[in-house]
Amino acid sequence: MQKEPVRVKEVEAVKRAANFEEVILGYSEEEALKEAARCLQCPNPTCIQGCPVGIDIKKFIYQITQKDYSGAYFTIREKNNFPSLCGRVCPAEFQCQKACVLTKKGSKFASPEAINIHFLERFAGDYGMKNCGYQPSAISRQLKDKKVAVVGSGPAGLSCAGELARQGIKVVVFEGLHKTGGVLRYGIPPFRLPRETLDFEIDYLKNLGVEIITNSIVGRLKTVDGLFKEGYAAVFLGLGAGTPSFLGIPGENLCNIYSANEFLTRINLMSAYKFPEFHTPVNLGKHIVVIGGGNTAMDAARCALRLQKMNNIPLDTSIVYRRGEVEMPARRLEIEHAKEEGIKFKFLVKPEEFTGDENGFVKKLRSLQCELGAVDASGRRKPMSIAGSDFEMECDLAIIAIGLKANEILTKVTPSLKTDKYGDIIVDKETMATSMSGVFAGGDIVGGEGTIIEAMGMGKIAAKSIIEYLSV
Amino acid sequence: MKIIDRKILSEAGGVKLTQLEILSPDIAREAKPGQFVVVMAVPQGERIPLTVAARDEVKGVITIIFQEVGLTTKLLGKLNKGDSFYALVGPLGHPTEIKNFGSAILVGGGVGIAEIYPVARAFKEAGNHVAVILGARAKESLILESELKAVSSEFYVTTDDGSYGRKGFTTDVMVELLKKEKYDLVYAVGPIPMMQKVAVIAKDFGVKAIVSLNALMVDATGMCGCCRVTVAGQTKFSCVDGPEFRADLVDWEELIKRSRIYESQEKHICKLPVILKPRNAAEESV
Repeated sequence: MQKEPVRVKEVEAVKRAANFEEVILGYSEEEALKEAARCLQCPNPTCIQGCPVGIDIKKFIYQITQKDYSGAYFTIREKNNFPSLCGRVCPAEFQCQKACVLTKKGSKFASPEAINIHFLERFAGDYGMKNCGYQPSAISRQLKDKKVAVVGSGPAGLSCAGELARQGIKVVVFEGLHKTGGVLRYGIPPFRLPRETLDFEIDYLKNLGVEIITNSIVGRLKTVDGLFKEGYAAVFLGLGAGTPSFLGIPGENLCNIYSANEFLTRINLMSAYKFPEFHTPVNLGKHIVVIGGGNTAMDAARCALRLQKMNNIPLDTSIVYRRGEVEMPARRLEIEHAKEEGIKFKFLVKPEEFTGDENGFVKKLRSLQCELGAVDASGRRKPMSIAGSDFEMECDLAIIAIGLKANEILTKVTPSLKTDKYGDIIVDKETMATSMSGVFAGGDIVGGEGTIIEAMGMGKIAAKSIIEYLSV
Repeated sequence: MKIIDRKILSEAGGVKLTQLEILSPDIAREAKPGQFVVVMAVPQGERIPLTVAARDEVKGVITIIFQEVGLTTKLLGKLNKGDSFYALVGPLGHPTEIKNFGSAILVGGGVGIAEIYPVARAFKEAGNHVAVILGARAKESLILESELKAVSSEFYVTTDDGSYGRKGFTTDVMVELLKKEKYDLVYAVGPIPMMQKVAVIAKDFGVKAIVSLNALMVDATGMCGCCRVTVAGQTKFSCVDGPEFRADLVDWEELIKRSRIYESQEKHICKLPVILKPRNAAEESV
């Protein structure tokens, strides 16, 4: 039996940093069989509890060992409408793989010995995408005349829509942008999630009967009350955390200082890396500094580095983070990939001021060194800046990736929807019900910045509650 | 998103101003003065904001007016009656506060005239005394003259070359009016230097002035911060906090610099031949 984990094949760092094509190649059939055979098939599998949507991991891995790939695919689909997507973007090292019995006790992330559930899911997902077609929905007679509106086509909205459609409920998704997917499209670069994969997963939902209307901003074009008047029996709000936070330091509005959202939207949604074939520009930098330590910071830095490489600019992209590497919230794999590609990491650094030239373009970043103090409310050691430790870095393009806040376009015009001091919608976490009857919410709009799979999990819970609400 | 009428309003001096009437019943129903839409001419295009110059709720039609300055506006200029945009979304931004202020001066420069039109009309309907001052390069480049005349109590035109109305700037007339009478509000849209001057004059006379800023935008829903502008020392997003702000509180120098972020790319792309055929939105899957 295979003891050592089967390492997934990746495109070499030097090659992949020159384009936006997918970095991880995934398991071959042979590799998937080897890795699946490592699974102990525990009588009481802990991995399943580690999955926010409760995929029967033990079962699908067993099905892979039996070469029943189609069975494995539909086992995943029972709980998760997006196998190929989650097999690419889930932070498995914090979830199922961390819960795997092969992970050493007390470990902060999954141990290397843990079963590579993530890549097995991707293998089954990609097999299904090519070979399995669509599974028809179970039509619930009782609910087939009900219509539900979903606001936002990001992970929470799509997940909720998929669950409802599987019960034969008519779902209409309203998306504000011109393309579907929300953060999956504007936030995640194609080298992590190829557009064909994303399109397939969304098309799957359309085949289940989900209708998606783009260019439609609920809160401006329609109101929540208006949706009920139009005949929708329930509404799900998957609005996302749309507003970028800035540092609030001097010089932050200088030219070439982007929010990660803007930088990534230009590249991922508007294809600015193909300028001028695509008309949206993005500026290039010789000395690029990305501020932040999450997945968004990794994505922005890796995009920035690719732009340097594609334009024959000597590589100089740094990630500046005020804590240390262990405290970084990013997926370990992304940190590793970023390092391999040549991104420099500067830990324990707190930006203080940007300065620019006479045309208003940023030229330098002044920062302070930090040391870690006591554990703070986030459960991590608090960075404390050291007086007099100022130093300057060259910086002609900066990307601020320090987090997001709620977008209030809809909530501000919906006074009966209760929000907290951050502008997030208040929900009952058990049901995802809001303060408005028949209105449910999930994803980043109900609690800051979670992962994609967490948002999907909330979409699922909300769908269950909506079905109960409609059945009364 | 279908264009039901297209009119060239002016082509004087090589500056083309085009008016499009677009079928969009939902936006026509919801849009209020001061709000804008975001359009994409083609699937590979940019998202650009344009003010809703007029709307007809009964016909379900909105009107936009734009000047061909960059590739996107050139592509929009190539769209014909019967064509559709690739994307049209709105209404966006806060509507203008409409009430009876007493008497107001509305200043419109160049294509900004299209933006003051819905506001002038609404101000007039709300019972205000409305003084309109329009500025254009020359007689031939002046737009919406009769429309604005019809909704104004006082009406003035200035041209840079003196070919029509008064030779000089809109702000010259503004100073004269403020010297003669007391006005309660100034509302101005036009080139940044014009709005900046309006801000200074209004402050001198102690009158509140509102400007509608045309910052660069991407999503225009508060998601990216491309359009950020410093107002009273605080960072605001033009798209969701504006587009209107108190003129005297805007950091104009920063706005001017930020409006030039992509000058070199814009020059580059404009040198390339415009060969892209606008596609029908229906051909592209979403």
